[in-house]
Amino acid sequence: MNKIIEAKFLAPDVKFFRIEAPHIARKRKAGQFIILRVNEFGERIPLTIADSDAEQGTINIIVQGIGKTTKQLNTLEAGDSIRDIVGPLGKPSHVENFGTAVSIGGGVGTAIAYPTAVALKEAGNHVISIIGGRSKEYVILENEMKEICDEVYPTTDDGSYGFHGFVTDKLQGLLDEGKKIDFVLAIGPIPMMKAVAEVTRPHGIKTVVSLNPIMVDGTGMCGGCRAIVDGEAVFVCVDGPEFDAHKVDFDVLTSRNRTYILQEKKALESFHECKLDKKIDEAVADQKAAKEVAHA
Amino acid sequence: MPELTNKERMAIPRQPMPEQDAKARSRNFEEVNLGLTEELARMEAERCIRCPKPLCIAGCPVEVKIPEFIEMIAEGDFAGAAAKLKEDNSLPAICGRVCPQEEQCEIKCVVGKKNEPVAIGRLERFAADWERVNLGIQAPKVAEPRGKKIAIVGGGPAGLSCAGDLVQWGYDVTVLEALHEIGGVLVYGIPEFRLPKSIVKAEVEGLEALGVKFQTNYVVGMTETVDELLERFDAVFLGVGAGLPYFMNIPGEHLIGVYSANEFLTRVNLMKAYDFPKYDTPMIDVHGKNVAVIGGGNTAMDAVRTALRLGASRAVIVYRRSEAEMPARIEEIHHAKEEGVEFMLLHSPLELKGDENGWLTSMVLQKMELGEPDDSGRRRPVPIEGAVEEMPVSVVVVAIGNGSNPIIHRTTPDLAVNKWGNIVVDGDTMKTNKKGVFAGGDIVTGGATVILAMGAGRTAAKAIHEYLQNPETW
Repeated sequence: MNKIIEAKFLAPDVKFFRIEAPHIARKRKAGQFIILRVNEFGERIPLTIADSDAEQGTINIIVQGIGKTTKQLNTLEAGDSIRDIVGPLGKPSHVENFGTAVSIGGGVGTAIAYPTAVALKEAGNHVISIIGGRSKEYVILENEMKEICDEVYPTTDDGSYGFHGFVTDKLQGLLDEGKKIDFVLAIGPIPMMKAVAEVTRPHGIKTVVSLNPIMVDGTGMCGGCRAIVDGEAVFVCVDGPEFDAHKVDFDVLTSRNRTYILQEKKALESFHECKLDKKIDEAVADQKAAKEVAHA
Repeated sequence: MPELTNKERMAIPRQPMPEQDAKARSRNFEEVNLGLTEELARMEAERCIRCPKPLCIAGCPVEVKIPEFIEMIAEGDFAGAAAKLKEDNSLPAICGRVCPQEEQCEIKCVVGKKNEPVAIGRLERFAADWERVNLGIQAPKVAEPRGKKIAIVGGGPAGLSCAGDLVQWGYDVTVLEALHEIGGVLVYGIPEFRLPKSIVKAEVEGLEALGVKFQTNYVVGMTETVDELLERFDAVFLGVGAGLPYFMNIPGEHLIGVYSANEFLTRVNLMKAYDFPKYDTPMIDVHGKNVAVIGGGNTAMDAVRTALRLGASRAVIVYRRSEAEMPARIEEIHHAKEEGVEFMLLHSPLELKGDENGWLTSMVLQKMELGEPDDSGRRRPVPIEGAVEEMPVSVVVVAIGNGSNPIIHRTTPDLAVNKWGNIVVDGDTMKTNKKGVFAGGDIVTGGATVILAMGAGRTAAKAIHEYLQNPETW
């Protein structure tokens, strides 16, 4: 059991958690992830560690509520516990002084890119951060990024904040301005990562993405997370999660991530019904209690 | 029963194992073998002719005192039989179910030279089950604490048997397990219908009662390295099991519907995906669909029989050699056939085909014939030119074995491994090249059996005990 120390929403459906996990906090490096199980009926899901504090023995994760498990996770508050957390898993990010490095985060991907951006800065890079969101409220960690990066560019799809356009438009803009970029880290939805890879490919800029396939054990045992990189099958949990964006077969990743789309829908529906039932039960109980008070 | 002559003993037929009806069981996850009754067990025990120099013991990787426990069953002293078993085997209810006795103790049985051998495995299971049901698992006596700490890496059969011996000898034993449950392949791999999880749980609780400490969610190599463990433990045993599943390296293995046996079985057994949505872990719905399992070992049989129970309309074993070369236990093949599993022998997959959304739709197969024996002594399958066929299939489970897991050797660079990544040990002591570190089970041998891993765990326990008497030498 791992106790939640702090929990707060950063954006609609995007929640920050600081969790007690001293063994993991001690070892974790940028780019690594955990696998957690909310309760004994839960599935095992991988989540990248956004930050950690070895002294406090805590790790931070930032969760976007999409499916049942992540939505259920986002109902938890400080003081609640998570049944199982294991890690740190995967290889740490490869960090060196490339020169100018661009960290691109799409939505909750910014949380995953953040620790590597910190490491890139510490390694001596000039770090540029592009933070993408659908609209203003989805732009996260802007202040945190500003503290460590040399340049920070928020972008929104609807123009409600920062640069109006996709993160790739901003990246293209920087290239068009003649900015010399030596390294790009792109983390976010698959179409975004794929698009970034196509922007940097003609320029021959080394580009790394962090893959998010379906996993079970996270230690190489099941092979469910296999992806195609440079025409070869890799196990993302032990060979990754970061790979050369120009060699990743994003179409295979997209299709494999849709494997359980029907089951996920069903699970989410029953979760919402269950939450609704709970609300009705609570309302009934409240009414009953109120009546009892009135009678007394 | 009056004392029988050997002739009379030899005349008793091997007692049948009561089983769940094949048709009914092919659609449920309850245990197939129901266990001998007291009467059947005593009758079976009377078949043992009590050889003055029993050969069966040497056939057992952990050297259970077989004739002694069998005689106790014959006398009706079932509790005594269970205690006798546990002198050598910390997990008898498990071994009685999953050991390949027909290749180990029973193949050596003298009765078996003329008749069918004594059903040693069934008797082992009977005694262990009798104790658990009637007395609860009884804790054997534990020696005085020795003040030495041992880390066991991996909570599977190798680690559990190693832990079981060391704790009895007075060591402070901690088992570190990567998954959220203890048992390794016993909980993620072997299905409920062959080994109920409640039995694994009870045997693990038995070890806990002896003082073994268990820490789950702990990946040695990642959460803590072997070198770090050596700073706080006097010795380390690595029983991390097999690792990365092999795929066939044929086109289409990335299609949706292609599982490794490890993933398929883990989803069902450990994560209980058969009970979705009560449990959150999903799996592809196989109701009314064709499922093909590639391979001929016990894992393949477990996967194909699981597919039937999940509702597959056709569950097919696809194996490139003939039935004679299958590594699976005869009992498993027999049970699979009874339940309606089809066998496509001498067929080897060439390609997997899918639809425009990436879902598996069919498998192209090359028909084979047997040629000359290969290195393994089995006749090598060779393709019959032009004999290619295509079969419609929705799910393919690849059960052709596992390579080694890279996590330990990647994070322990001075630990010697062979070219396949398996840890190199001294076969008599399970010592690695690294002082204070022992290893055993599948991470040393590659994919093998539960009992071989348990045997390695026990050998290592003895060697760890000897080492800790004199830790200066290695």
